Amino acid sequence: MKLIFEMGAPGRGCDLIPPCTTPEVTVKVPMRKKAPHLPEVSETELSRHYTDLAKQTHGVNDGFYPLGSCTMKYNPKINDAASLLPGFTNIHPLQDTKDIQGCLEVLSSIEKALCEITGMQACTLQPAAGAHGEFTGLLLIKAWHNSRGGSKRTKIIVPDSAHGTNPASAAMADFDVVNIASDEHGCVDLEALKAAVGDDTAGLMLTNPNTVGLFDPNIAEITRIVHEAGGLCYYDGANLNAVMGVTRPGDMGFDVMHLNLHKTFSTPHGGGGPGSGPVACKDFLAPFLPGLRIDKQTDGTFTEETAAHTIGNVRSFSSNFLVVVRAFCYILTLGREGIPEASTTAVLNANYMMHKLAGHYKMAYDHTCMHEFVMTLEQEKHERNVSALDIAKALLDHGIHPPTMYFPLIVHEALMIEPTETESRETLDEAVQIFLDVLAESEAHPEKMHEYPFETPVRRLDEVGAARKPVVRYLYNPE
Amino acid sequence: MNYPETLRYSKSHEWVKNEEGMVVIGLTDFAQSELGDLVFVNLPEVDDTVTAGEALGDVESVKAVSDIFSPVSGTVCEINEELLDHPELINEAPYDAWLIKVKDVTDEEELITAAEYETHCQSESNG
Repeated sequence: MKLIFEMGAPGRGCDLIPPCTTPEVTVKVPMRKKAPHLPEVSETELSRHYTDLAKQTHGVNDGFYPLGSCTMKYNPKINDAASLLPGFTNIHPLQDTKDIQGCLEVLSSIEKALCEITGMQACTLQPAAGAHGEFTGLLLIKAWHNSRGGSKRTKIIVPDSAHGTNPASAAMADFDVVNIASDEHGCVDLEALKAAVGDDTAGLMLTNPNTVGLFDPNIAEITRIVHEAGGLCYYDGANLNAVMGVTRPGDMGFDVMHLNLHKTFSTPHGGGGPGSGPVACKDFLAPFLPGLRIDKQTDGTFTEETAAHTIGNVRSFSSNFLVVVRAFCYILTLGREGIPEASTTAVLNANYMMHKLAGHYKMAYDHTCMHEFVMTLEQEKHERNVSALDIAKALLDHGIHPPTMYFPLIVHEALMIEPTETESRETLDEAVQIFLDVLAESEAHPEKMHEYPFETPVRRLDEVGAARKPVVRYLYNPE
Repeated sequence: MNYPETLRYSKSHEWVKNEEGMVVIGLTDFAQSELGDLVFVNLPEVDDTVTAGEALGDVESVKAVSDIFSPVSGTVCEINEELLDHPELINEAPYDAWLIKVKDVTDEEELITAAEYETHCQSESNG
């Protein structure tokens, strides 16, 4: 399809701006001499352009999207309706706090709800997504150690099964990353952890359930070992959908964590979101939180104040506000009973699919899983050169978004499936049948598997070329 | 899979060759095959020191970033700059596409022969 820059004609547009009634002023700063080359298209062209783009993608509104670790659950329309209320949309971030009391009440209320769900005591909504939340949380850990003269605590411990963002965030926050190996169940090896901690330990980053979909049975012991060494424990909230309302990171011994509202709390995920990655923490870290702290006064009004030892802002203004409104709507819709029900259904759906696929596909770990499970195509790869990638590409032709591939790194030829709670039993049954059909085809016609997909707008992409010689912008070249 | 007998190998899939008082280090055929098409290579700089068993740099494929472990301790005296623009050379000819040359070698990892390394790779791919 054409890029929007290649469409339209000079002078064409889709808005009529009334003549300017304010006198022109010349601004004495360096200005560009020529107008930028922007698309000039009619509303018809514009509308068709976006519809074309939408047709080329696969979203949760198109079909099953079991992308492990990403929690691609359905985004309820009521969330959008709430976020479009004029009281939320017709505001400006620099408005006086007395004019936006309703918005502050939403921010304050969701902070409380997230603290209740996570077992934490304070929260910032500023971080724009998960990795941003990790970075913010690590800066809190650093600020706390520094406030106690602990600047030699320079190391963050990360298991080898971790999400790649964990070591990346730790490096960004200027920590040294210490990798520890997992045990044979994919959980934290306690002996390796004990050997890794010391007086240079700033903290541990962990997701629980872990990236192979198992709840770490030693979690209380793990956080105790880190605390005894003087470090703090960071919970990566990416897998919170397995446990929300059932168990709480704060009760497991974690000190600080992020939540992905775009995963667990049903706000749009992918395609630019935008995301939202609030950070929740225990009381002793609250004085370092970024942004403005919202307080409810005795007369019922809300005020904003900077925390005493704030690390500063991690983005401008309060949050991705309308995303936060959507997540708050979701929490209120589910309520105290619905939140654990969502998680237990997510776990049930994952186990249902895993049991139907086991015996055909090889499971990486032979355990009851949490909200996701990992299969390995290693045997198929060796026996008939059919890889996890080939299976994933074949699924595309059946209207299923492929599972996460080649992650976690500790499982070879991995496919990681997370069905979420918002899929019906019929959808799961259909998906299982497709997975089995694709596997059967890979036995009958292994060579054909390298050709998939046939039906998609683009087939196999040149991933290597895209990484080695990326073309990331349109070059305007008038004839 | 190719395992030249003139080279020595580390269990973390680097090959080592002695050449005029220097040690030449590269990635094995098995390593490049497991990694898949490489898109970036990060190498140390000349005069940097490398330590046996610790990362000397990393390679990135479309799947993942992986550390390259140094089989020896010493001082980097030459790097293969061509790889920085053409990481695919490692995929095409892993035993020609050397990564770095190290001098003043003080220590080395346990290095194994081609036959031992072949057995090691077979056990890894069956594991």
